[in-house]
Amino acid sequence: MITLTPAKEFKFPVIAECINTDVFQGKSAKEISELSVWEGNKEKKLADLFKIEETPEETPNITISGNAEKVRHIGSGMKNGEILINGNVGFHLGEKMSGGKITVHGDAAGWTGADMKKGLIEIMGNAGPYLGSPNRGSSTGMRGGKIIVHGNVGSDSAVHMKGGTIKILGDAGPFLGFRMCDGTVHVAKNSGTRVGACMSGGKIVVSGVLEEVLPTFTIDSIKAKVKIEEGDSASGPFYVFLGDLAENGRGKLFISKTNNPQLSPYERFL
Amino acid sequence: MELLIRNGFVFDPTNGINGEKMDIAIKNGKIVEKVNEHKAKKLDATGLTVMPGGVDIHTHIAGAEVNTGRLMRPEDHIKDTERKTTLTRSGVGYSIPSTFTTGYRYSRMGYTTIMNPSMPPLEAKHTHEELSDTPMLDKASYPLLGDWWMVLEYLAKGDLTECAKYVAWMIGISKGYAIKIVNPGGLESWGFGRNVHSIDDQVPNFGITPREIMCGLAKVNKMLNLPHTIHLHTNNLGLPGNYATTLDTMRALESVPSDGKPVAHITHLQFSSFAGDGWGNMRSGAEEISSYINAHSHMTFDMGQVIFTDTTTMTADGPFEYTLYELSGHKWVNGDVETETSGGIIPFHYKRNNAVNATQWSIALELALMINDPWKMFLTTDHPNGGPFFAYPKIIAWLISEKARMATLNKCHKKAQKKSLLPSIKRELSLYELAIVTRAGQAKALGLTHKGHLGVGADADVAIYNVNPEDTDIARKYKTVRKAFRNSAYTIKDGKVVVKDGEIVQHVDGRTMWLDVQTSEQIKVDEELKRRFKEYWTVEFENYPVSTHYLKASDPITIKADV
Repeated sequence: MITLTPAKEFKFPVIAECINTDVFQGKSAKEISELSVWEGNKEKKLADLFKIEETPEETPNITISGNAEKVRHIGSGMKNGEILINGNVGFHLGEKMSGGKITVHGDAAGWTGADMKKGLIEIMGNAGPYLGSPNRGSSTGMRGGKIIVHGNVGSDSAVHMKGGTIKILGDAGPFLGFRMCDGTVHVAKNSGTRVGACMSGGKIVVSGVLEEVLPTFTIDSIKAKVKIEEGDSASGPFYVFLGDLAENGRGKLFISKTNNPQLSPYERFL
Repeated sequence: MELLIRNGFVFDPTNGINGEKMDIAIKNGKIVEKVNEHKAKKLDATGLTVMPGGVDIHTHIAGAEVNTGRLMRPEDHIKDTERKTTLTRSGVGYSIPSTFTTGYRYSRMGYTTIMNPSMPPLEAKHTHEELSDTPMLDKASYPLLGDWWMVLEYLAKGDLTECAKYVAWMIGISKGYAIKIVNPGGLESWGFGRNVHSIDDQVPNFGITPREIMCGLAKVNKMLNLPHTIHLHTNNLGLPGNYATTLDTMRALESVPSDGKPVAHITHLQFSSFAGDGWGNMRSGAEEISSYINAHSHMTFDMGQVIFTDTTTMTADGPFEYTLYELSGHKWVNGDVETETSGGIIPFHYKRNNAVNATQWSIALELALMINDPWKMFLTTDHPNGGPFFAYPKIIAWLISEKARMATLNKCHKKAQKKSLLPSIKRELSLYELAIVTRAGQAKALGLTHKGHLGVGADADVAIYNVNPEDTDIARKYKTVRKAFRNSAYTIKDGKVVVKDGEIVQHVDGRTMWLDVQTSEQIKVDEELKRRFKEYWTVEFENYPVSTHYLKASDPITIKADV
């Protein structure tokens, strides 16, 4: 196991795609300390920014202890192995990840698990905006894998999502699942508005409060519970909405009936 | 400043030099007979290939359309970034690179002159500001004149002389280089949500047909003695079965008196050579098109090669971009430029495993190889429509090596493989022919007498590549050639070494060429014209012309017109 401890409080963004189990694999601590990272507009060695220690344990493969909230692209594109972060972490954690596991005992910034394909990301604190969403302008999106956030997430999460599961145990910001095509998102608490705007498929479950449903969704039925993934389901009852009709969508919104009495007028259309 | 390039294998098709080992002498930015051997700086090119600097006849690199493409595609840039160095500025790619990156990347490939083919005169100022910020290259721009109301009005009246005066004036004030015609008549129709579907369809409100626009402007081009021909993007571009329209267009242009010289250039010919009557049975029309071209010599062409990558399509052909939008559902920008043109932009991903895309890839190569005379058919991707320009080395490999193109074809969609004519084509271009399709032929078609060759008096734009033609079988070692053309050993611009081993070593600005067409009588800028300006344009007449201070390094070419 390699333990990285930030050598100082970073002032500038640190672009560290090399902090990746696939890159570290088979390298000695000395080789790892030579890897290149960018701090602001200066190219540096990993050892300039982090204290690097090697210990004999097998897992996790990489541990970061300390504040890494300016450190971006950790675990970018990783295929296997495990990264543990004790502290906050910066943008693009586990971006394009296709396997392995990342655990954060702290908060994660935006674009965590962007364009993820496989694997597991677990955030014990909050996550920023664009959780599992692609870069701006792109329509790629999350295709598989699982993200669990124990706290809240920011806006525009699960945008263009095409597969996989996102579980948010706290609140979600607005525009959750914008242009979503497939996959499942579960918000255990409340969600911001415009959930599922322009969605063409997939499933969004809100167990808490959702102020309003977009007018381009139509109510379909009331269900007692909904499956989130194998061996996990959320119990309702839920209003089931279909949409986004503006895009001829076949997506499904499951909105808690108990927590949203303001949606009861929809029942007369059933 | 004297420079002597020693002992290279020189390929200079304009002067008939085919791989001879010789020296090239340069003085004050021009090729000269000889220089003082003791005083001149020497550059050892032993074992290297020496060619004139590359010339690109058609590449969208500047202007409103390109910039809108940049704005709408942040995801295109994030995957391709360049950091600043002590010499060069930072920038981004990929399919729509920033201006500086465009200049650097062309220069690294040994290109020194490029033509920006689509400039609505209303956006000319923007275009020139971007061109001025595109370093390392000499450049010029073609104003879009095929659907300009003034042109349509005078051509409909049959008044060629008056039309010629307006065109001359417009080229001068927009600081343009040639007459660009896109989907003649179609752009004006698009203003009313319509399009023209053959060269004899009527354009709404003007009582004119695409045939009359093309032939009229080709005659105007002749009357004005412009160095390039009309630069034509055909009707029905990008639609199955359009090869018939292209043949009609070429036959129609036979009527323009030519005195042996070409009268038109059809650009990105691949997009105009589809046979079949729907996307399901779309196939190559290269056989019909190339056999016509081989029998006629009144036109020149460029490829519009498709590269299998994610790129951005942008053209003044608004209705065609709408077709692409309907096909792809991707984000789409639609534009209308007042009295001049329309426009559209859509990201597009050409895929090997898509039968249509793979057939398009094949068509461009079939055309390039089946048209026997390399002086007629040039290498382009219609950057960025077919793919980004820095993929040219890939195309070079496909052209010089059957092995290279078969390797790619074998990875394509089975249906496209079955329909492709490539397996029957054995032709492999030599370095001499390659020099024609990438520089000499393009310069000749453009009428740039001081570019694209290494004769005495030419601009000292030279590209030196790490290929030894004596001991390299280029068809088998296509990977070596591809690598060499990706990063030139040396690029020399105006006698200065600007690139060494694929790295920029000196920053130069390059000039913007434009035509100062002198007619015997200028158009009258009277109250009537100003009134029409007020009615037709959103811009005041006084603010419309591009003054030379928009051009960082203005290089006017004076032309004496016959009218």
